[in-house]
Amino acid sequence: MMHLGSALRTALAAFLLAAFAFVLIGPLANLALWSVAERWYTPYKLPVSYGTRYWEQVFRPTGDAMASLGTSVFIAVLTVAVALALSIPAGYALARLRLPARALFMVVFLLPQAFPSVAIYINVARVFYQLGINGTVLGVVLVHAAHGLVYSVWIAAAAFGAVDKDLELAARNIGASPLKTFVSVTLPLAAPGIVASGIFVFLESLDEFTGTFFVGVPQVRTLPLLLYNAAMGGNYQVASITALILLVPSVLFMLFIERFLRADVLAKVGA
Amino acid sequence: MSISQRQLALLLITPGLALVAALFLYPLSFSLISAFTGPKGGFSLDAFRKAWELYSGDILFTVVIVLVSCSLTGLAAIVIAGTLTLGENRLIVGTLKALYRWPLFIPFIVAAQCMRTFLAKNGLMNNSFVAMGLMEPLQAVSFLDWRGIIATFVWKQTPFVALLLAGALAAIDRATLEAGRNLGASRLRVLVELALPQVMPQLLVALVLSFVTMLSVLSVPMMVAGSQPTLLTVDMAFRINAYGDYATANALGVITYLLSAGAAIIYLKRGMAKEGAP
Repeated sequence: MMHLGSALRTALAAFLLAAFAFVLIGPLANLALWSVAERWYTPYKLPVSYGTRYWEQVFRPTGDAMASLGTSVFIAVLTVAVALALSIPAGYALARLRLPARALFMVVFLLPQAFPSVAIYINVARVFYQLGINGTVLGVVLVHAAHGLVYSVWIAAAAFGAVDKDLELAARNIGASPLKTFVSVTLPLAAPGIVASGIFVFLESLDEFTGTFFVGVPQVRTLPLLLYNAAMGGNYQVASITALILLVPSVLFMLFIERFLRADVLAKVGA
Repeated sequence: MSISQRQLALLLITPGLALVAALFLYPLSFSLISAFTGPKGGFSLDAFRKAWELYSGDILFTVVIVLVSCSLTGLAAIVIAGTLTLGENRLIVGTLKALYRWPLFIPFIVAAQCMRTFLAKNGLMNNSFVAMGLMEPLQAVSFLDWRGIIATFVWKQTPFVALLLAGALAAIDRATLEAGRNLGASRLRVLVELALPQVMPQLLVALVLSFVTMLSVLSVPMMVAGSQPTLLTVDMAFRINAYGDYATANALGVITYLLSAGAAIIYLKRGMAKEGAP
């Protein structure tokens, strides 16, 4: 009797796991199917004909998608540059120097992520319009950088905090200046964490939709905006292929994040 | 040395703070002022009256959708994290561990496109049910309405909450849990009565962050559920793009701030408590 019960439980668990896998993988599988479906309509349960026609259309060098991919990567790289330029000094100050009201400053960097952002972006767009930077790459980069700053500052602070102070003292003792110590000891030791924060900011920028929707349109067309327009226009193939392009870096990062963010740094994030 | 360490620290942190001030604090005050200013200038609640008149249904809809999504996310995350912590079947725990994190970094707009195809009347979900013989083709209905929004939110946010929860559960003292098991308590009871109370703060923080995230997402309601009723994010975008009506849009914005304010207070309180701890 006991034996039967445990077999039943295992079967139930296996069934639940299969249902979970279906819910988790199903939507992604549907996306992949649409990307290679040349024709798919009711009542057919699977695409009527398969092919790579839409992939060729998307990856044509002169196509919209390649231009959008270029714009997205360009914006993401600039966003990382801006975010790191601001967060390396800020992170060092938060981790190593005596800063008054440190907790308050940590919270200030969190604020852009802790508020519902649509109402903020509406007003940013209004201000940018007056300044004449609405619909420019600069405007979009600034919005993405402000949004990503919490990751880059918090992770940079954690990375600097995890650097062994004795190594810095040793460098100072043999006559290195504070700046030299920072450049040749502290920064290289914190580099893995800072690279991780850069990847975080890069992905946030690449995936960002709402801010670009208000601040970037109609001139700046990133991949998420292309995906949105294709989906609303009923072109499921182009929308799905664009979605797959955005999916690749996200999934790779999910698989490799632990390589970049060591546990000792991760434990200090936000502390 | 010409400047003190404290001055240097402030100097280093100022550029970052300036960006947040310019692109968050300034537009935030702008939206507050705009929401409380009448058409002829001066303090007025007209924008809120209009917002309530036009969108009271959507305000309620937003609150219900986000609360239901957060509850289901919390429940799913507890089941996943609980199984990962207390599961005894290696194969099941291993498979679950490999699977559950996949949506973690997938952008909302990609999740929305996935669900747009998966939950459609002729989507893969209905088609699979028909193929398995669970459903007649004529019974197939589209889930691209409030159910689609909830499904997308739960699908996207559960890995995040489960990840934080599993981390917290892994850090608690195993001895109490083992003791409970040895005294004959079922795994479910150990999870609910012994493990969960110890990780409530972490669960709460993860859910608060999810709550604010759901209130910010524009792509999911636009792409997964086209028609009325819809979420406040879509209403705000519509007020701006169709009418240039900043006052009403900002009043709706202030309402979303208030909705998340309750949640944010819990978060900040916890942050401050942690800061004060030795």
